[in-house]
Amino acid sequence: MNNQLTAPSGGRGRFMRSLMKNKWLYLMILPGLLYIIIYKYIPMYGLIISFQNYKPYQGIMGSEWVGFEHFERLFQSPDFWMIFSNTIILFALQLVIYFPIPIILALMLNELRSEGYKRTIQTLVYLPHFMSWVIVVSISFVIFTVDGGIVNSVLEMLGFQKINFLLQAEWFRPMYILQVIWREAGWGTIIFLAAIAAVDPQLYEAAKMDGAGRIRQMISITLPAIRSVIVVLLILKIGDVLELGFEHVYLLLNSANRHVAEIFDTYVYVSGIQQGQLSYSTAVGFFKGFVGLVLVIGANKLAKKYGEDGIY
Amino acid sequence: MVGDKTWSGRLFNGVNMVLLGLIGLATVLPFVHVFGSSFATAGEIASKKFLLVPTEFTLDAYRYIFSTSTLPKAMLVSLGVTAAGTLWSMLISVLTAYGLSRKDLMGRNGIMFLFVFTMLFNGGMIPTFLVVKETGLLDSYLSLIVPVSINVFNMIILKTFFQGLPDALEESAKIDGSNDVGILFRIIIPCSLPAIATISLFYAVTYWNTYMHAVLYLSDAGKWPVQVLLRQIIVLASGLSYDNAVYTDAPPPSQAVKMAVIVVATLPVLVVYPFLQKHFAKGALLGSVKA
Repeated sequence: MNNQLTAPSGGRGRFMRSLMKNKWLYLMILPGLLYIIIYKYIPMYGLIISFQNYKPYQGIMGSEWVGFEHFERLFQSPDFWMIFSNTIILFALQLVIYFPIPIILALMLNELRSEGYKRTIQTLVYLPHFMSWVIVVSISFVIFTVDGGIVNSVLEMLGFQKINFLLQAEWFRPMYILQVIWREAGWGTIIFLAAIAAVDPQLYEAAKMDGAGRIRQMISITLPAIRSVIVVLLILKIGDVLELGFEHVYLLLNSANRHVAEIFDTYVYVSGIQQGQLSYSTAVGFFKGFVGLVLVIGANKLAKKYGEDGIY
Repeated sequence: MVGDKTWSGRLFNGVNMVLLGLIGLATVLPFVHVFGSSFATAGEIASKKFLLVPTEFTLDAYRYIFSTSTLPKAMLVSLGVTAAGTLWSMLISVLTAYGLSRKDLMGRNGIMFLFVFTMLFNGGMIPTFLVVKETGLLDSYLSLIVPVSINVFNMIILKTFFQGLPDALEESAKIDGSNDVGILFRIIIPCSLPAIATISLFYAVTYWNTYMHAVLYLSDAGKWPVQVLLRQIIVLASGLSYDNAVYTDAPPPSQAVKMAVIVVATLPVLVVYPFLQKHFAKGALLGSVKA
């Protein structure tokens, strides 16, 4: 009995002493801590409503408990398979088409001998990263629209039919990946350029002695040297499979392309905010968040196993 | 370099330079096209020969978009949110980052975990929306700032930077009798200006680009920031979005008007960009390598 009483009070005493000694530091952390508690952890607690028929006027305490009903509804809905396959296809596009581009760009930039020219190109290709998705999608809109967009004007001049890039469902995926490449490929080179900068210059000297040309050096030295960075980023990318850019897809979504464009995030928005199915949409969001968490943790474990530090 | 002087080495250099030049140009061409079109007459755009530089220069599109107070108002909202948001986020991020950078702080790892975990998992859109509603922020400009007070990634970059400063700085200040607040504001912050500038810019760009939160939390169209207004103006003619267009009474804007609005919404980022690109890249690297 005595032990049980003294042990915690001893710990508390140590904590109180630390609290007094570092009171200013704790006060500094307090606003940030309150922020994540209110706007990050209370919403996590709010995930409870995905097991209820939540009614705002009844609150979390008073709403009817329904167990996994909303999750069952999601898995039985034809929407689920639509969203699932859209997610996989968009992710595959990102992996196969987008992912190699920053690597190739970084290799090319690294071969530039003029620092000034290199900086100029970097300045140009980094720029779109700082544009909002609204601006990226708006610029695509005015360029690709059938009413006076430059692309369709050129197509017409060359004697082709106009193409409604913005409304036809089959053009959603090409537009999506094109915009991702335009906005992010340049910025994505940074981490690879940093990895390349760390390569031992002696390796290149040795290769030159052996008569290796520039392309040969690129393939036999630079690429293997940054292989671990590539693998780690690839693994982490796979962990992010569900993060396809809510804002971006939302901006591209319309009634004509919904069957190819709807992803989990946009589905949550439409069913929750627009249709008011709060519990159901929370369940969808919870499912997505949970799978995402498992994937990210798994990817990080794998990345660490590979011998590199994960991001978290 | 020996390899550069051979015939094949020169060819490689030349081809590489030309290719990268083309890629660089292709990246900025859409901007140049939009910028040029915004000064072109409707007739020239309709003639379909327009590409980059207008033959006839006109400010009609700009006159039109500034003829009502809608766009200037939205610009002001965005500027205000950007200024206030950046200040607030920097204040709270620097305080948190400095507190967590001190190794002697009990419970530091646990608190750090609480922050990092929010990067991996969150309550999602609907529960967050409900909290924003419960805390009375709906239809307030604060809803664009308070729910995103700290970007944990940015906070970690700052924390890493503070940890990299020599301990001697703090110790000498402690001998002089400064408390932790004094140390932070008189010693740490003045020594960290490059990092603070970088992260401020990250925050500022994010706040200027804010869109989704405004769509979620602001139902009053009079409070819209410029990104939401831009979206409305662009999709107005098409009628193919989920959004409910508010300005349906107005005639659909011509191409040049859309271009002009894009230019105005892009300009603040474009103006600061050339000076700060180097810092941005450094900050991103610091975050991705060390966080």
